[in-house]
Amino acid sequence: MNWNFYGPFGLVVVFGFLFIVMYNRLVRLRVRTEDGWSGIDVQLKRRYDLIPNLVETVKGYAKHERETLDAVITARQAGINAKTVPEQAQAENMITGALRQLFALSEAYPDLKASDNFGRLQEELSSTENKIAFSRQHYNDTVSRYNSTLETFPSNFVGGMFGFLVRDFFEMEDATQRETPQVSF
Amino acid sequence: MTASDVTYHDLIAKNRRTSSLLVVGFVVFVAVLLGVMGSALTGGDAWAAAAFGGTAMAIAIVMAFFSYYSGDSMILRMSGAKLIQHGDDPELYNVVEEMAIASAVPLPPVYLIEDTAMNAFATGRDPEHAALAITRGLRETLTRDELQAVIAHEMSHVRHYDIRLAMLLATLVGLVVLVCDSLPRTLRRAGRRSRGRSGGGAILILAIALAIIAPFFAKFIQLAASRQREYMADAGAVELTRNPEAMILALKRLGGDKEVLEVANRATAHMYIVQPIKKWEARAKGMFATHPSIDDRVRRIELLGK
Repeated sequence: MNWNFYGPFGLVVVFGFLFIVMYNRLVRLRVRTEDGWSGIDVQLKRRYDLIPNLVETVKGYAKHERETLDAVITARQAGINAKTVPEQAQAENMITGALRQLFALSEAYPDLKASDNFGRLQEELSSTENKIAFSRQHYNDTVSRYNSTLETFPSNFVGGMFGFLVRDFFEMEDATQRETPQVSF
Repeated sequence: MTASDVTYHDLIAKNRRTSSLLVVGFVVFVAVLLGVMGSALTGGDAWAAAAFGGTAMAIAIVMAFFSYYSGDSMILRMSGAKLIQHGDDPELYNVVEEMAIASAVPLPPVYLIEDTAMNAFATGRDPEHAALAITRGLRETLTRDELQAVIAHEMSHVRHYDIRLAMLLATLVGLVVLVCDSLPRTLRRAGRRSRGRSGGGAILILAIALAIIAPFFAKFIQLAASRQREYMADAGAVELTRNPEAMILALKRLGGDKEVLEVANRATAHMYIVQPIKKWEARAKGMFATHPSIDDRVRRIELLGK
């Protein structure tokens, strides 16, 4: 066999194959981060839809709480206008904080607390908040897998060549986030 | 990768393995059974026996497939469970949605069982074809956090493929029991007809075969009901909710309930979150219990993360 001919040819084939494998892996991981993001996005939209209802309901019982209501509306608008993931995260933290304040204030209005509509909205909003937190974990896992692949040798070459970009984590300052317990037997 | 990942993957692999073994065991068992039955009925004519055995085997396989694919709806119907939507009980539905997101499985349909006893179960053949059911008694007793813990426990059964094994057990073992129940009558009739020929011998062989295989199946029931699956589902629930206190409170409430769930029976008992047939618990602490004691489960949750 003529190795001077087949040798280089074989090398090219092997490297070409590895290249394709790495490229496909990056694409697959990137698609997963996008899926992860759309999981969060659905819940964010849901929250934007619920907030105006909540504001209207609260207005009916507690007209004088303008400030708190305005804070919720402003935070919601910031969330809708957010362009990047860190901006979005910041806005969502604002919304969460403003809503928490609104719900705390509702304690002073027994009629409001007793209304069916308010109870329903409170359940939907707190559930949406939980869903955002759970989808966030999933999204951040996919981002961490994608980013570490993108930044390590040799796939960083492939990534650089085709303009794969590092993705941002969705960070939330949430005091209720508890430590994951170690689960093993 | 953390230690917990490894444990979960081990459990899932083990469940898949046991499920396959159960199917193979079932096929072998039915083949042997039918072979013996065939020779008893036809009095030793090999061709006739093979034809009989083959036909019956085909029927058994069709029946097994049917029960595998419709087992979940069968079990739900048997339990008198009613499908609910978001509007029927927003809190319950939201909690299921949250746990589906947390465990990264598709949202399963949610069923309510109109019974004041406190219990819940998950069924299905894989996470894509799963369903959750909860009794009204349990639903109305629990706080939101406790409800979340219970649903997370059931979702862990889904995620761990415990549900597939449980369903194979309920349907395949059920089928075998059905065959075994009708067997002595068939054989006696056949024995009478073929007296003086090979009937007596065949019955003897069958008795021996049953004696060998019966403990094998008993072992499978034990496997599905293994305490480890319940411990792992409790641990999985705590991992999803990050709220061990709620799981402990929910279990204590479940343990305090002395009511018997009428719709549960021996074939479905192993699927519930706590043993639904309380008589058993008192009588058979140990070997025959399908669930570990509540105290034991609480202790293990308290140990998590320490």
